[in-house]
Amino acid sequence: MNGLPVPNGVPISWFLLLSAVLFALGVAGFIIRRNILTVFMCIELMLNAVNLTFIAFANQHRQVSGQIFTFFVMVVAAAEAAVGLAIILTVFKNRETLNIDEVNTLRN
Amino acid sequence: MTQNLWIIPILPFLGFLVNGIFGRKLPKMIVSLVAVVSVLLSFGWVMKVYLTAGDLAANPVTEHYFTWIRSGAFNVGWDYTVDKLTMIMLMIVTGIGSLIHIYSVGYMEHEGGYYRFFAYLNLFMFFMLNLVLAANYLLLFLGWEGVGLCSYLLVGFYIVKHSATTAGNKAFIVNRIGDFGFSLAMFLIVVNFGTLDFGHVFAAAPGRPTGTLTAIALLLLLGATGKSAQIPLYVWLPDAMEGPTPVSALIHAATMVTAGVYMCTRSAVIFTHAPAAMETVAIIGLVTAAFAATIGLAQNDIKKVYAYSTISQLGYMFLGVGVGAFSAGIWHLMTHAFFKALLFLGAGSVIHACHGEQDMRHMGGLRKYAPITFYTLCCASLAIAGIPPFAGFWSKDAILAASYAHAPWMYWIGTITAGMTAFYVWRAMFMTFFGEYRGHGHPHESPVSMWGPLAVLAALSVVGGFLFNVPKILNSMFPIEEAAEVPWLVYVSVLAGVLGIGLAAYMYVVNLDLPERITKAIGGLYTLVYNKYFIDEVYDATVVHPLVEGSRSVLWRGVDQGFIDGIVNGVGQESKAVGGVLRLMQSGNIRSYATWVVLGSVALVIALGIAGGVSR
Repeated sequence: MNGLPVPNGVPISWFLLLSAVLFALGVAGFIIRRNILTVFMCIELMLNAVNLTFIAFANQHRQVSGQIFTFFVMVVAAAEAAVGLAIILTVFKNRETLNIDEVNTLRN
Repeated sequence: MTQNLWIIPILPFLGFLVNGIFGRKLPKMIVSLVAVVSVLLSFGWVMKVYLTAGDLAANPVTEHYFTWIRSGAFNVGWDYTVDKLTMIMLMIVTGIGSLIHIYSVGYMEHEGGYYRFFAYLNLFMFFMLNLVLAANYLLLFLGWEGVGLCSYLLVGFYIVKHSATTAGNKAFIVNRIGDFGFSLAMFLIVVNFGTLDFGHVFAAAPGRPTGTLTAIALLLLLGATGKSAQIPLYVWLPDAMEGPTPVSALIHAATMVTAGVYMCTRSAVIFTHAPAAMETVAIIGLVTAAFAATIGLAQNDIKKVYAYSTISQLGYMFLGVGVGAFSAGIWHLMTHAFFKALLFLGAGSVIHACHGEQDMRHMGGLRKYAPITFYTLCCASLAIAGIPPFAGFWSKDAILAASYAHAPWMYWIGTITAGMTAFYVWRAMFMTFFGEYRGHGHPHESPVSMWGPLAVLAALSVVGGFLFNVPKILNSMFPIEEAAEVPWLVYVSVLAGVLGIGLAAYMYVVNLDLPERITKAIGGLYTLVYNKYFIDEVYDATVVHPLVEGSRSVLWRGVDQGFIDGIVNGVGQESKAVGGVLRLMQSGNIRSYATWVVLGSVALVIALGIAGGVSR
């Protein structure tokens, strides 16, 4: 419509494919890695994959709501990064480890 | 002019409050003063009402204080009424109550829980006065239940004694059965009359169907058999003797147990229009009188003898009510209150003299040690034996004459019972006061606060019968029936009394080994009577045991533990089992959770794909 640029030549399926690959990498990292910091970065990766999908569809459908969602996700991600890193620091101070499998005292 | 009838019951109630709340801290002197004076003032107010109220027969005093229950058209007020019947009851209750309060001051002097005793006694007076003053059935029932409560509290007064507390429970529980009947009777009255006021009910009663009135009367009778210890609910009264002796005298001889007789007399209109119920009352009274008298023959505990005697005499009153001689029944109620209160207070004095011994086999010869008790008890024993001109003669003779007019066989059984009465009462006299002292320690006469009331009651037992001619006083309420005078009746019943006394004297003074030989000769029969016909055991086996066992094995172990607990515990067990399975999924490994999430999302996406996407 007005103000937004016309769709360029790249088809949307490419964006979605890239997004899916990024997301899958994030999931794989989340499941496989044991270092909390890496796991945390994988979560960020998944969020960004989703952001890419939002942007792609917003461009495709000529609507801003997708872009607004992306901002929301970025804000949440920033907040999460602050809280998450604080938690990770505290865990490390108390346990002197960042191995995610050793942080299981709530069990039993 | 208002008579302020409310002052009569409120005075003892105030005494109860003062002694009940502050009694523990007050000296004994003050406690007894409060208790005795409150009842004396109450007696004084009764006298004041009697002197100023004018002709109670023509103008009964009725006072309305406030509406207690209002439900649609149904109203129950806090109303008191005084007519001649109430006035007689008021005088008996407050008069004898005052004497027994004074007596208790001496009797209870060395007992623990002094203030508690007088608080309960005052509370009893309040409820009893409420019972006789009430102008409707519900207010009467309030007093009725209240005196039952006080009876329970006072029977179990010696709270550390197991037998006393069980006796209290027994009195209370047996009375529940009677009260159940009374409640049903009240419900029937409400359904049929729409009110519980005596005035309205009795005005409307004559026009109602006989069947309804019979049902009401029989249910009221069930209530009366509980409170007044008649067959089949008499079993609590002998056990109630576990209480202190003044309590036995006041509650379980003179006042509370006569409440049933009073209630039946009050409901005379209902009873007279239900002939079948009247006949039942007469037969229950007669059978109880004879039955209890035979048990009295073989008892050795002095209070037990008098307890069975009370049941027997109450039977006479019901006989009087049942044959239509209501005023004769009330007359006997009054004279019985005199001489039976005296017998019990005398027994208390005897027990006091013998240092707590109640078994007559360990007494004897007390005539020398406690002369005043002896002479006063003589008056009472002559009165209950029906020897003229003592009080009991007049009233018992009136009842027997009325029963002869009703059915001669009732008269004969009543007369034989009178002979037995004379025998067992004088047997008790001879065993306690004659011969040699067989107990331990040194018996002594009681203090003046104890023998003073004895003397007053003795005087009443002598002159009370002809001085207060109740049938004449109540003539306006219950006209004396002009039965054909049968002159020899009097001689026969007096002869029965004299024979009873003579036989007792022969067996227990002259020929001392005769009772032993008679006991041996009749063996089994004696055992039967001595053990009160095993009625307690029979009730225990047929009613108490099945109830207790049924409650224990069926209701408790079966229904409660098996069924209800089973449901509750079962739900808990099942939840735990399900949780145990689900728990396996919670590995605590964050990466396994993530895997589950991924697998779940993949499954969702596949499911969506199969279903053909999201439709709007």
